[in-house]
Amino acid sequence: MHFLIHRLASMFLVLFVIITATFLLMHAIPGGPFTTEKNLPEAIQKNMEERYHLNDPLWKQYADYLAHVASGDLGPSFKYENRSVNDLIRESFPVSAELGVIAIFWAICLGIPAGIIAAVYHNRWPDYIAMFLTTIGISVPGFILAALLIFVFALQLGWLPAALWEGPSSTVLPALALTGLPTAFIARLTRSGMLEVLNQDYIRTVRAKGLSQYTILTRHALKNALIPVVTYLGPLIAGILTGSFVIETIFAIPGLGRHFVTSIYNRDYTVILGITIFYSALLVTLNLLVDIVYALLDPRIKLNEGKDD
Amino acid sequence: MHITPSAFHRTPFPQEPLSTASATGTSYWQDAWRRLQNNKLAIAGLIFILLITLAAIAGPHFSGYSYADQNLPEANQPPSSMHWFGTDNLGRDLMTRVLYGARISLSIGIAASLINLTVGVLYGGIAGYAGGRIDNIMMRIVDILYGIPLLLYVILLMVVLGPGLLNIFLALGLVYWLGMARIVRGQILTIKKQEYVLAARLTGASSARILLRHLIPNSIGPILITTTLAIPEAIFTEAFLSFIGLGVSAPMASWGVLASEGVVSLRSYPFQLLYPALAISITMLSFNFLGDGLRDSLDPRMRK
Amino acid sequence: MNWKNILFSIFLIAITGSLLTGCLTAQKSSKNALRYSAGAEPQTLDPRKSTGLPEANIEAQIFEGLTTIGPNGQPLPAVAEYWTISADGLHYKFFLRKNARWSNGDPVIAKDFEYAWKSALNPKLASEYAYQLYYLKNGEAYNKGFTDETQVGVNALDAHTLEIDLEQPTAYFLSLLAFHTYYPVHLQTVQNNDLWATEPKTLVGNGPFKITNWIHNSKIEFSQNDFYWDIDKVKIKSLEFILTESSAAELAMFENKQIDVGENIPVSEYPRLLDAGVLKINPFLGTYFFCFNTTKPPLDNPKVRKALSLAINREELIQHVTKGGQKPALAWVPYGLADAAGTADFRLVGGSYLQDNDIATARRLLAEAGYPEGQGLPVIALLYNTNEMHKAIAEAVQEMWKKNLGISVNLTNQEWKVFLNSRHKGDYQIARHGWIGDYADPMTFIDMFMSDSGNNDAQYKNPEYDRLVKAAKSASDPRLRMQIMHAAEQLLFDDAVLAPVYFYTRPLLIRPSIKGVLHSVLGVIYFKEAYIEQ
Repeated sequence: MHFLIHRLASMFLVLFVIITATFLLMHAIPGGPFTTEKNLPEAIQKNMEERYHLNDPLWKQYADYLAHVASGDLGPSFKYENRSVNDLIRESFPVSAELGVIAIFWAICLGIPAGIIAAVYHNRWPDYIAMFLTTIGISVPGFILAALLIFVFALQLGWLPAALWEGPSSTVLPALALTGLPTAFIARLTRSGMLEVLNQDYIRTVRAKGLSQYTILTRHALKNALIPVVTYLGPLIAGILTGSFVIETIFAIPGLGRHFVTSIYNRDYTVILGITIFYSALLVTLNLLVDIVYALLDPRIKLNEGKDD
Repeated sequence: MHITPSAFHRTPFPQEPLSTASATGTSYWQDAWRRLQNNKLAIAGLIFILLITLAAIAGPHFSGYSYADQNLPEANQPPSSMHWFGTDNLGRDLMTRVLYGARISLSIGIAASLINLTVGVLYGGIAGYAGGRIDNIMMRIVDILYGIPLLLYVILLMVVLGPGLLNIFLALGLVYWLGMARIVRGQILTIKKQEYVLAARLTGASSARILLRHLIPNSIGPILITTTLAIPEAIFTEAFLSFIGLGVSAPMASWGVLASEGVVSLRSYPFQLLYPALAISITMLSFNFLGDGLRDSLDPRMRK
Repeated sequence: MNWKNILFSIFLIAITGSLLTGCLTAQKSSKNALRYSAGAEPQTLDPRKSTGLPEANIEAQIFEGLTTIGPNGQPLPAVAEYWTISADGLHYKFFLRKNARWSNGDPVIAKDFEYAWKSALNPKLASEYAYQLYYLKNGEAYNKGFTDETQVGVNALDAHTLEIDLEQPTAYFLSLLAFHTYYPVHLQTVQNNDLWATEPKTLVGNGPFKITNWIHNSKIEFSQNDFYWDIDKVKIKSLEFILTESSAAELAMFENKQIDVGENIPVSEYPRLLDAGVLKINPFLGTYFFCFNTTKPPLDNPKVRKALSLAINREELIQHVTKGGQKPALAWVPYGLADAAGTADFRLVGGSYLQDNDIATARRLLAEAGYPEGQGLPVIALLYNTNEMHKAIAEAVQEMWKKNLGISVNLTNQEWKVFLNSRHKGDYQIARHGWIGDYADPMTFIDMFMSDSGNNDAQYKNPEYDRLVKAAKSASDPRLRMQIMHAAEQLLFDDAVLAPVYFYTRPLLIRPSIKGVLHSVLGVIYFKEAYIEQ
């Protein structure tokens, strides 16, 4: 319990540092929300800055922002007239999250079994096939995979829509494009973890005791082999749930990832900060969960150690 | 657990020796190299990497074109005896451009793996081994670096430093070790409580020695896998950095840039995507075979 | 807890999650609608505040100004049935048609226009495009807070008569009135609701269509506005605008029959689409050029600038790189603008100021400037914003200058807003530039290079040029006005302030069966009279 309170406190500190650093960075880079190709007359520039309080000193903008955030209000968007950042996240997060959940589901359900099979048949053909496919998965990035998927399944075969977010059929291709890399990576991590564990003394012992292959795999080996997979899943889930800019752009999906990158190009200050906060909160929470899962997988890991060294 | 006679059945005696004690006489690294040589796929991977490195250094001198030589009327020509990989949108020889691109992309891949293997492994190793408050502080710093949007750093770096290969390394160096640090730390949390570590500690081994001699070698599997993933990721991140303006100046182009330009014209000129993508994939396949071979030969428990 | 339980619960969450959310966030598509890919999510649909073309294109379907732009770019009566103009060109009186109605059935009255324009100029509204209304008498003064709104030169005399006073005689004012900043807004709705333009329900318009649904970052659905005065001409029952900024997605959707019209497609696909007969090349009022920073050596020497400009092979560039049927630009003001004579084109009257690919002259000028064969010339930096097309053009031009003049050029690309910042501040040597006209008159191009112009990125300062532009602005004789603008353009090329490359076109991806879509030279698309041929 002490551990949890401690971690929660440090999570708030982490969020605070992220907000501050992001705030400073985005004001440090050239261009503001109202930098446009056609330079604005000074009077108009002034009117707009006044309206959005951009002419206040930076420290005051920062303090005002923090006060707003503390009350749960992420502020109005600078770019999208009369829309709040809260609304923006509320509308687009479910879309990204849906895609993300499907992608993570497939990554786990395909990646872990593939890794186990490869490890069990180490240096035999199932292993080679699995490793060949996963290497392709790692070296072909999402945007190329997406283009190929669209070309084959939408344009050539006509089975699925090429883009847009209209009904379950439109989730298939973007989810596949998203899931390629994590599936491959999870499979490789599982395989390596399994190989290591399968060669350890205690597994040899249980094997010598005559436990069946299945029991060895599930009860003893997989548990320890999963530690790196779980580590990887923390940031992966946070990243995938909040959406991929590339995939959402290619498939014209109204998700959060597209908003985030667009907001940086637009210098839409409140949106940048709002989504950063949202993503970071998700990330630190998931990383906390990862640490807890460690302890569940391997009782030797103690979370609130430190005083014993 | 209920023990019944049916839980017992005869198993053949394991072929491998039960002990993991290392053989005396040969050092860990000599041993590893001997075992790597027996792994055909790993050696094939190594040879291919050496070949493509050689081609990247020497190849452009023999292709008869430079990466910048344009011939507008010859633009977008499919592969032919004149241009083995075809030409790009300005009529430049694609093969020469792929070979030049190898220089950039390979050096980025190598830089990324070095960053991972040094900064990432040590950072994660120290956090995991130290545990407690130090671990908490170190991992919260990682969280912070994860949280701050990469795009913002990159734009700032571009504005302050301008384009160039060195600045790409710097941008990668800032964040490219985070995943590795987390993986290594998680791994070390599990192994540091194992008997042999306690034994080593009892014999009076220093923390640094335990970390470098026992803990990190025993995490070699996830380390190598994360490294082999980091290479393609860095190659494509470079394409994104080029987009922001931090990359190598045109007309020089990396594999990542060539591939992302090729995607755009996929429908009309598929070969413009095919060759850079093939170069990347085969190189990655080689790196992975080599990585797997290294894993098998470096893992202290895999010694046979 | 057993690992199996953990895995099982993850599995359960994933399954239920993907099933549940699948029903939650996916949207239904309506069949039989004409679908157009409209670019990025609009920033606002309040015509008083919007600035971009994607917004203008949406507003053009749901609003209508006093005039509208006809097929040949000429202003036609729209909400105004007819008008009178005073002899000095300063006073206009517009008579609104009695049957013009808002989408809620209310009549469109002169007061709606007066309110829209005055509130757009109100400094509190902080409209980015308020300067589009600076033509009105005291428009600028009111926007800057020097006077109050009663002084602004627009007044509703009665429900259907609108009186307008201008600051200066403005020959192109009737075309300006078709621009979105001059659209009316429904006074009762807008006055009491700041959020009116965010909800389809309160987004009351007076155009041929009305918005029925707006899914942010995804699509906007339209149906006919039954109260529209000219509804007989509107044939399309429903219209959908797809919001995406990806050219690849747009093309894929077109080829997959998910959209019918689009205008942002990868250049590499132009030849194939032209062959297939689905790409229509429409004129567009804009010039693509390289802007010289006239204060940075060696580009402070007009001879060097001129040499660079002459050594570009525009024909080859257009044929092999841009491929969009553009015209080589050998002057500043593009085709498509009327000269004084009425029907004559400003560009045809003015002719060309340089010769394409004139390498001999270029080399001579470079030698005269003290850099024979490019010797002694330091490496020049060329700046462009990241984009496939800009990059290809920059690379091609870099090679031309190297081959033709022996000059080394370094290419630098920057992210859009960083780039804009560098260019505005003059923090560059040569920069890629493109200028799209705001209104159909040469002045939208000519006044850009005045010393105090906010868009004079070339940092060009020539009192003679300023004098000419001011004279043109106050000239009331159209013939004289055009003459002065030709003289100003001549001066621009004597000083070689820019290297024009091509006059833009706007390729439109459209199914051959779709007819009646109007695409103005300013890039605005009108679906009012569109129909599908069976």
